[in-house]
Amino acid sequence: MRNFVGLRAIPEMEYHRPIALEQALKLLSELKEGCKIIAGGTDLVPAARRGRMSSSGHIHIIDISSIKDLDYIIKEDDMIRIGAITRLSEVGASTVVKEHVSILAEAASQLGSLQVRNLGTIGGNLCNASPAADTAPPLLALDARVNIRGIGKQRLVPLKEFFTGPGETILAPGEILAEVQIPITEPTAGSCFIKLGRRNAFTLSIVSVATLVKVKDGIFDDVRIALGAVAPTPIRASRAEEHLTGKKVSEQVIDDGAKVVTSEVKPISDVRASAQYRKDMSYIVTKRALTMCFNGGQVTSFAGKG
Amino acid sequence: MKVPIKTKVNGKLYEQEVEVRSTLLDILRDELKIKSVHRGCEDGECGACTVLLNGKPVCSCLVLAAQVDGAEITTVEGLLKGDELHPLMLAFIENHAVQCGYCTPGVIMTAYSLLNNLTDFTDEDLRRGIEGNLCRCTGYIHIIKAIKAAKKCKDSGNWW
Repeated sequence: MRNFVGLRAIPEMEYHRPIALEQALKLLSELKEGCKIIAGGTDLVPAARRGRMSSSGHIHIIDISSIKDLDYIIKEDDMIRIGAITRLSEVGASTVVKEHVSILAEAASQLGSLQVRNLGTIGGNLCNASPAADTAPPLLALDARVNIRGIGKQRLVPLKEFFTGPGETILAPGEILAEVQIPITEPTAGSCFIKLGRRNAFTLSIVSVATLVKVKDGIFDDVRIALGAVAPTPIRASRAEEHLTGKKVSEQVIDDGAKVVTSEVKPISDVRASAQYRKDMSYIVTKRALTMCFNGGQVTSFAGKG
Repeated sequence: MKVPIKTKVNGKLYEQEVEVRSTLLDILRDELKIKSVHRGCEDGECGACTVLLNGKPVCSCLVLAAQVDGAEITTVEGLLKGDELHPLMLAFIENHAVQCGYCTPGVIMTAYSLLNNLTDFTDEDLRRGIEGNLCRCTGYIHIIKAIKAAKKCKDSGNWW
């Protein structure tokens, strides 16, 4: 078949389709090397075509998309739990997510295209660990945790500790990210997600920001600012957050706080934007997102619009 | 490595042995000879290969064939009633939404899904909805016009 010849051919692979998480974990520990987990395939398949799936031995594709136990969105008391293979389109459309952690819904609805959102999963977006992963800034701002499962063990890790570098996470061999846990924030908190790309739709982020703000008597009480695509991993701008906490809410204070973000980003220049542009825009977009928190947190994604 | 899969494509049942390294696009076009599904970028960026997978529009170039065991797939051929064109297709023709036709089957599948799932929408919603389908010819204006015209058909009961 024509597709098996040439530069963009998917390499030879073995395929496994576990129907339960325990089965998947057992497979991973038995096969040891060359295992690649697939759910939606929106990152894996293009990567395979670019020769980015290297293995000294066989490549083993572990398809976890049939593990029904990993596909759910539940609200439990003060927490939202989302199974790792929940499709991004489901996350974006979920009334539970929209009501309690709206910035996640906004990010999930703006990621990629309709077709990509119908295949891609929240777990996949995190495990692929692009510094520009769109679900990361909202989840970081929401202080989310991930439940990582291995054979006979599990660990709950704050998302802040999950990413270790571009495309790298703390997942050890034999582990699968099984669930995302998000503490529910108070309804009085303002939040906003803004994504800046080269175009309005179906675009990789040049800078993305998620902000969440709680105010007490006109004073910043709890400020969370998370950014994507401006550092080796998605980050929380903790210096800017500290700067704002305890200060009286005003346009000038927001402006100063947003400027602090530029000292925390470590962007690179790439095909989409220069490092300087990313640095400049991290201030602008953070300022807008913080301001929007007080205007009902209406989300925009914009490219060049005022 | 080959794996067996059972699928229902446009209402018809198929049993096949597929190479693990093949995609849904490969088996629809090359094995089942459903040529409406077009090979565009093969990277999930252009939408020319869009089909409905269990009712949802996806890029068939991103789905490994092995993953669709037990799934239902619909292409534009599945929207025909015998030889009769679907009202959505007629709306595309009547509103000049087709030029070279390369993007068209993919856009139609996306538009079909949008019309079935959105009760009310603005022009902006439609533009967002088709963001995964690139068209080099029309500039999208007539595609949007055609989808809105099709909505009128749907609302008046001329739909399936």
